[in-house]
Amino acid sequence: MQKEEKQVLDGMVPEDILQRWETRGVSRRDFMKFCSVMTATLALPVTMMGKIAEAIEGDNRPPVLWMEFLGCTGDTEAFLRANQPTATEIILDYLSIDYHETIMAAAGHQAEAAKRQTMEKYKGKYIAIVEGSIPTAEGGIHCTVGGDSALNIVREVCGNAAATIAVGSCASFGGIPAAAPNPTAAISVSKAVPGATVMNLPGCPLNATNLTAAIVHFLTFGKLPATDSLGRPKFAYGKRIHDNCERRAHFDAGQYAEGFGDAGHRQGWCLYKLGCKGPETFHNCPTVRYNEGTSWPVQAGHGCIGCSEPQFWDTMTPFYERLPNVPGFGIEATADKIGLGIAAATAVAFGAHGVASALRKDDNSDTDPVEKEG
Amino acid sequence: MLQIRYVWEWPVRLTHWFNVISIIALAVTGIYIGNPNISVPETGSFVMGWMRMVHFGFAYLFSVSVIVRLLWMFIGNEYASWRAFMPWLTKEGWSHIVGTFCYYTFLRRKVPYVVGHNALAAMAYSFVFLLFAVQVISGFSLYGQYDPNGLWASVTAPFLSLFGNQVLRLTHHMITWLLIGFAIHHVYSAWLMDVKEKNGTLSSIFGGYKFIDPKDL
Ligand code: HEM
Ligand code: HEM
Ligand code: SF4
Repeated sequence: MQKEEKQVLDGMVPEDILQRWETRGVSRRDFMKFCSVMTATLALPVTMMGKIAEAIEGDNRPPVLWMEFLGCTGDTEAFLRANQPTATEIILDYLSIDYHETIMAAAGHQAEAAKRQTMEKYKGKYIAIVEGSIPTAEGGIHCTVGGDSALNIVREVCGNAAATIAVGSCASFGGIPAAAPNPTAAISVSKAVPGATVMNLPGCPLNATNLTAAIVHFLTFGKLPATDSLGRPKFAYGKRIHDNCERRAHFDAGQYAEGFGDAGHRQGWCLYKLGCKGPETFHNCPTVRYNEGTSWPVQAGHGCIGCSEPQFWDTMTPFYERLPNVPGFGIEATADKIGLGIAAATAVAFGAHGVASALRKDDNSDTDPVEKEG
Repeated sequence: MLQIRYVWEWPVRLTHWFNVISIIALAVTGIYIGNPNISVPETGSFVMGWMRMVHFGFAYLFSVSVIVRLLWMFIGNEYASWRAFMPWLTKEGWSHIVGTFCYYTFLRRKVPYVVGHNALAAMAYSFVFLLFAVQVISGFSLYGQYDPNGLWASVTAPFLSLFGNQVLRLTHHMITWLLIGFAIHHVYSAWLMDVKEKNGTLSSIFGGYKFIDPKDL
């Protein structure tokens, strides 16, 4: 009896918390849904829901400094548009985001002063979130904020943070600004601040649900979730897209769309031959999806472009071909045409050699000890 | 007098034919994986599934066979030894390289007579063994990705982080064509030597014996 009661308590969100959220304008249904999406995304047991609800309420919520450098604000957009049951209210309003160029009311010196104040008051306790990569060419002059270079800012802010979260592929791996020939020598946050604890949430844009889940994990357990060798949380990047894809049955069957809008495409066949990079990409898009679980590229009929993999702009192109171009050959020459050429050239060369050799009679090895017929 | 010499020991022959069978199966299934163009109307089918299954099955056979042959380079007779694959290490080897090259380019009448591999063939085989190794490494790197926490992924992680996914895939794909090119050249050359040396080269890879006239050596 007692055990049962405890289990219920573990799994349930305490009544008073639900009531408080209701007074804040978040229905209990929405709040429960939010907590269950978070537990599911983090692959935690359902019994953790109560703990998560308490952690979000706690008084030890760290302030957040959100910085943007060489980026397109796509990650900010994704986060602001997150309508995972009012994640905006729950996380944005309730976390104190002390600095965020796109959404803060303050500007200029006022804003910079607020940032400095948070850094000093909460040294070693706040969370730094970085969007965009950091240019290093010519002393970092290609991106400056408030008169200081991105490189200096990121070193100072991330160096004094409890944890840094790099959001989007640019902050995580350099992304598009760092694509060849990388004129500004842009680098990722983890490269710019080698000593800091950086968690990467690549994606173009990142999936807001994963960011919210990572923050919830931090609030609940006091640390960021476990990461892989590329610094990505395993809960979100531990599986290959191809292995969770809803079109996988068509892949295994051998049914492929050959062009956009053809019969196969209209029947939802696999996008492999249209250049889908799902087989090379690790992300939870097929299960979490974007925009409140509405859809994701492959569901919408477009192959994955591998946007959350390192250097995706250089390695995953051409986006509509499965394989990269063979270096040194023209754009139109596919790997197979070149290969077929090699095989054909070999056949022709040795065929010709064979004809010449067959006609040649003077090169036989010594046959005198053998009796020869005819 | 002609001597009957046992040149290719059974592990050399066995691995040779395992390799040939595997490469044919791997190239056929691999080219399908690279460009699946069989029309499949039934959604319940498993065409790509089978192709990949066969590919991975032969991949294991091929890898074991290549490893056994590489080990045999240190156990087997002088014709199977790793030294036989590096004629450039000795002076005699160099003269055979030059001699065989001149023969192939019609600059010399007789092919330098050797019991084991001819010098150019040996060099081609070294290169082919290198291609085998790259194919096994890139193959298992791609294979390991189905489970990033698994054994294969941890073994091949350095290659993935060094070269990246797509480069390994392209390399794996291109080497398939190089091996097809090699096979064409190789079967032709084996035929040529069989005809010209008249010492049983072709049948030697089946039975192991060659017919050698010591006077020719
Ligand atoms: C002579 C040996 C081999 C040949 C000729 C060969 C050929 C090929 C080819 C042409 C492809 C298609 C590549 C593409 O366009 O994506 C392929 C894919 C692949 N091969 Fe091999 N392969 C060989 C050995 C191996 C070995 C030893 C492994 C080890 C497991 C392996 C594992 C794979 C994997 C995992 C794929 C990708 C399959 C997928 O994307 O579902 N291969 N192979
Ligand atoms: C994919 C196809 C093939 C590959 C990759 C291949 C590879 C090789 C290699 C690496 C060797 C060196 C043997 C060793 O020391 O382990 C060899 C020898 C040999 N192979 Fe193949 N082989 C192929 C197909 C064939 C076929 C179809 C034949 C015959 C019709 C053949 C006939 C021979 C002969 C006669 C030798 C001995 C050559 C000599 O005396 O130097 N091979 N092959
Ligand atoms: S659509 Fe892409 S990810 Fe999905 S099964 Fe096909 S190749 Fe894999």
